[in-house]
Amino acid sequence: MLTRSDPVLKLENATVGYNGEAVLKNLSLEIKPGEKIALVGQSGAGKSTLLNLLYQQCQEDAALVPQDLGLVRSLSVFHNVFMGRLNRHPTWYNIANLLKPLKKEVDQISPILGQLGLEEKIFEPIRELSGGQQQRTAVARAIFKDSSIFFGDEPVSAVDEHQSHTVLQAIAISHQTVVLSMHDVDLALRYTDRVIGLRLGDLVLDQPTATIRAADLDDLYKH
Amino acid sequence: MTTSISTSGFAAGTKPRPLLRTSLGFVAVAVVLGLFGDFEITTLDPWIEIKRMAIGATTPDFSATEDLWRAVINTVAFAILGVALGNALGFPLALAFKYRAVRASCAFIRAIHELFWALIFLQVFGLTPLTGVLAIAIPYAGIFAKVYSEILEESDPAPLQTLPKGTSAITTFMFVRMPDAWVHFKTYALYRLECGLRSSAVLGFVGLPTIGFHLESAFSQGKYSEVAALLIIFYVIIATIRKWVHSRLIPVYILLALLVIPWGGEFSASNILRFFSHDILPHPLRIAETIDMGTLAALGSWLSMMWNEQAVPGIIATVILTQVALVGSGALTLLFFPLISPKFFKTFGRTAGHVFLVVLRSTPEYVLALIFLLLWGPSMLPAAVALALHNGAIIGHLIGRYTEDMSLRPDSSKGLNLYAYDVLPRLYPQFLAFLFYRWEVIMRETAILGILGIATLGFYIDSAFADLRFDRALFLIIITATLNICIDSLSRYIRGRLRLKTTADVV
Repeated sequence: MLTRSDPVLKLENATVGYNGEAVLKNLSLEIKPGEKIALVGQSGAGKSTLLNLLYQQCQEDAALVPQDLGLVRSLSVFHNVFMGRLNRHPTWYNIANLLKPLKKEVDQISPILGQLGLEEKIFEPIRELSGGQQQRTAVARAIFKDSSIFFGDEPVSAVDEHQSHTVLQAIAISHQTVVLSMHDVDLALRYTDRVIGLRLGDLVLDQPTATIRAADLDDLYKH
Repeated sequence: MTTSISTSGFAAGTKPRPLLRTSLGFVAVAVVLGLFGDFEITTLDPWIEIKRMAIGATTPDFSATEDLWRAVINTVAFAILGVALGNALGFPLALAFKYRAVRASCAFIRAIHELFWALIFLQVFGLTPLTGVLAIAIPYAGIFAKVYSEILEESDPAPLQTLPKGTSAITTFMFVRMPDAWVHFKTYALYRLECGLRSSAVLGFVGLPTIGFHLESAFSQGKYSEVAALLIIFYVIIATIRKWVHSRLIPVYILLALLVIPWGGEFSASNILRFFSHDILPHPLRIAETIDMGTLAALGSWLSMMWNEQAVPGIIATVILTQVALVGSGALTLLFFPLISPKFFKTFGRTAGHVFLVVLRSTPEYVLALIFLLLWGPSMLPAAVALALHNGAIIGHLIGRYTEDMSLRPDSSKGLNLYAYDVLPRLYPQFLAFLFYRWEVIMRETAILGILGIATLGFYIDSAFADLRFDRALFLIIITATLNICIDSLSRYIRGRLRLKTTADVV
């Protein structure tokens, strides 16, 4: 039985490197259920790597919005969102729904799209959409996947300010645990209760959002 | 003045210019080979024939033969069935393309031209529809497999990362790989149908009841009004292909094609068996009672006779004609593409340019060669000019379309200056990529022009079939296929070296 204090995710001395160069160095980290975490740090600090590493630990129960969104450009918004649940149906059902959207699925997906302001685009192919609309589609796919953990790598970078609040709220409501990597630190702090700061692959900051000071964050972005 | 730094090979300065060097190298090789080739006009007065053809071209006679429409229907039916079957065989092969054995067999079957396949199947199945359909379907399956696998490889792998765990392989394929590839599949299949119509027409020259059959007799009797009528109908079919082909109608067309195809002729099982177990064995093996030293010695001298007397001269002529035609195609491409480019001509001029290029690329190269052969007499000249015109029109069309999206600065120069300073340097890599992609196609076509009497490998193959010496024909077909595969690898190597990229689905 999982209690509130058992971590959903645990990294011990994790080291990840590409071409012999360490991107993450000896990183240890615990994430508890219900936590909302902001990952901050300069570009190249290892945020995306850490996010992918965490996602791989708990793929069964997590949804990911990667930086490249992972959308199939020729398919409609509806089909891309449906892909969040491909593993729940037999192959014939998936293919039938690919050829002709099934009413049952449309009825389930429409409200999520409504929440994110995409209801009119439901049958538009991804390649016809703006960057912000594509990001919202990827978020809709994550929400439809209905998992308890959400990982987002810059999930609202192309969404306008007003809508990014709506999107982040929707993410927070539909997931128990949330990990966000965002370059807009102020925005990230409004939706999280814990801040993890990376600098050149080292974990240099781990504090509750409530106690964070502007100077701590400035240090992260200093050369 | 600004200095432009470009990687296209035209950049001034001390840097080596690999694209220009490669191009000049190919031109030099073609010039040297051309000196050894047999390029001449042997007819006494080509003008008489030109006059008769011009009269024929302006007075098409659509009532010339009652079989004319029947031949048109057969041409379309064979093309549809051949391309459909090629698709059906090629798609699963594309999925298995990671296996070396599949790649190698596809390379081999597509290296043999449709006409040679037809000559083989004629011996096996006789004059039955199966011969015509398989002659198109088999080589096309090899081409579809290669192109489809390249298209599938191009599809974006990023969605795989976010796919929920436990998604079945088929679902993954259908949702991630297929959607992006589907549009390209359709475009390419349509282009192949256009090629299939040309192939189907040409199959008539070896006896199948398509329009090539009537073209050959009309040409040989100088009935140019009939030729004109057949070609005009053919151009209309190809030019309107986008209007009458829709994915929903394809099953209907396949059914109709099966209904109208002439189901004459009979299979003979013993014929098929004899061909594979007896006819294609080298002569010394066929007559031998036992395999002993004497048989092996006879086989050795058979092989060396075939190699020295037929394969080597055939290879030399094929390579000479290929290289000259390749450079000729390149030169004509650079001349043709401005005709359809909005950067050089206004709407009216461009329409004329389009008609000109459509006619050149829709006319099967075999028919073009036949026309020039009648005008100039037998030599490599008619073949080289026909291939250069046909391929120049195809690549010119692609490159011309490519210039449509090219944005020029508002104060750019005009005419020849624009061509030399702006347009050509920017599209040159693309141009070379297309041309090298077509290299192997040109070689395959030179081989079949042998059937018209030009002494390429195809000439020796055709003669062997005519003499019913199938062992010789098969030996030479294998040589031809190997030569094609070599050129294909060389072209891929050069494209890789020069970093020339092109998507396979356009050429």
